[in-house]
Amino acid sequence: MTVLATPVALARARAAARREGRPWTFYALAGLFIFYVVALYGPMICIYVLSFQDVRGGLVFPMKGMSLHWFVDLFTQVRTGDVKGSFDRSIKLAVLVTAITVVVSFMAGLAFRRRFPGDTAVFYLMIGSLVAPGLVLGIGTGLLFNALGIETSWYTSALGAQLSWILPFGVLVMFAVMSRFNRVWEEAAWDLGASRWQTIWLVIVPIIAPGLIAVGLFGFTLSYDEFARTLQTAGSLNTLPLEIWSMTLNVTSPSLYALGTVTTIISFAIIGASLATIALIQRRRAEGGRPGGHA
Amino acid sequence: MTSSSPSRGKWSGWLLVSPLVLVLVPFFVLPIVIVLVASFLESDGFGGLIRTFTLANYGGLLSSKLTLALYLETVKFAALTWFFSLIIGFFVAYFLAFHVRNQLLAIGLFLLCTVPFWTSNIIRMISWIPLLGKEGLINTALIKTGLIGQPLEFLLFSGFAVVVAYVHQLTIFMIVPIFNSMARIDRRLLEAAVDAGTSRFDVLRLVVVPLTKSGIALGSIFVISIVMGDFFVVKVMSGGGTASVVGAFYEDIGVLQYPAAAASAVLLTLVLSALVLLILRSVDIRREIAQ
Repeated sequence: MTVLATPVALARARAAARREGRPWTFYALAGLFIFYVVALYGPMICIYVLSFQDVRGGLVFPMKGMSLHWFVDLFTQVRTGDVKGSFDRSIKLAVLVTAITVVVSFMAGLAFRRRFPGDTAVFYLMIGSLVAPGLVLGIGTGLLFNALGIETSWYTSALGAQLSWILPFGVLVMFAVMSRFNRVWEEAAWDLGASRWQTIWLVIVPIIAPGLIAVGLFGFTLSYDEFARTLQTAGSLNTLPLEIWSMTLNVTSPSLYALGTVTTIISFAIIGASLATIALIQRRRAEGGRPGGHA
Repeated sequence: MTSSSPSRGKWSGWLLVSPLVLVLVPFFVLPIVIVLVASFLESDGFGGLIRTFTLANYGGLLSSKLTLALYLETVKFAALTWFFSLIIGFFVAYFLAFHVRNQLLAIGLFLLCTVPFWTSNIIRMISWIPLLGKEGLINTALIKTGLIGQPLEFLLFSGFAVVVAYVHQLTIFMIVPIFNSMARIDRRLLEAAVDAGTSRFDVLRLVVVPLTKSGIALGSIFVISIVMGDFFVVKVMSGGGTASVVGAFYEDIGVLQYPAAAASAVLLTLVLSALVLLILRSVDIRREIAQ
């Protein structure tokens, strides 16, 4: 390029270049992206594959046979611990956390749209709870229950300890959802004489429904996999991540991988169902937007 | 923000956040207070606490050379993880935000990055074992191609494995807020910079980076606080050869030394808070995320 080229000509040349091909940075960054995704999924895929070995199977490649031996082993052997029971507890706890997270985050999301006395304090309380070391809070919660003479259990102390980190997360996601909500719709409902509840139930909730599902997804998966805060608060009965944790320390057979495969299948099912529901709602809306459709 | 909605009571804000506060007070504030109190008590050696006031726990903690070594080790892991997750996270977000032209594809690829976040961290950590182990895929492949004669020992159960596991788990915490900031940058700004003759690198340095500062700050808070508050990755992936701050007080808990553990927890919380406040000074997080 010459120094004499006018800015307009330069801009035009660049615009043309943009239209024709992609800059080298595109290929470099695409390479990085592919590397990242492969590194993200590759190891996980390895353990899913390895969990299908037969009885001779070990912790590394090559594959030794093909069977469901380690899955059966997982649910029938006593030495691997109470997998079935911990599964059950983790799912129940996650459902409980999800319900509470969606409701509480939604309410907090509504509140934080405008300033109220003490809002900054609540905000920093939330950030503090989010970044505080999980094990410290877990120990504190355990000691608190101890001091009050209440037995720790997964549905009391562990539930609260999990909420102390999952709720702030849910509220942050809710902030993002609320920032895309156009207040005009709410104002219109007011002007048309809707009551406060009607405005919330008939206007706000349906509009931000996909966002609420996303908050629920965070609630479920974060609870289902939570470890640090649950460790000291779950009491005598383990949740699934605690079970996996004790297995990583004692079990050196592919049944550990089998457990990883099973729990990941559940996570994927939840993620898939949530994302599919969100997509479905968006699609219906797109159709409703066309002439003749219903909003 | 305007607030002109009709019939909103002054207290409706408080009413709406009260459930959140009712969870955070007993499960965040009180546990922290209890830990703080316990750090000034004495242990009876059997898991009980003697009601007294002593600074011995802090004295022991601060005079021990081990403490400094543990913090150095933990800070080292935090810094390495922060660096790599920032570099990878920034450029992955950059690629998605500026190079993928089809928006639906960009959202799809973004979701592809976030899905593992919703699965178990422990499982994702142990999934490195078949790859990095002495007889793992990487060593086997390198030996077969003749690049090395003996398996590389440093791949698994080492500081290297710890950093790999952390970066694997935490890069998503960088990608999401940075991508979010980048998505809000007005594209015309970049066009203007390019048209004014700015080089590609300078656009990145002078336009994109300053405008994604809040995302970078938010991601850094997550990554640093998680690494510094974690112990199980270090415990498993270092093969027991390396200790960490939280790992050390987890051991204290194991032998029922609650006051010593509590003092260590208070110190860690102070260090972490100082770091987070330092990061927050550079950016108004609330305005950034709650706007």
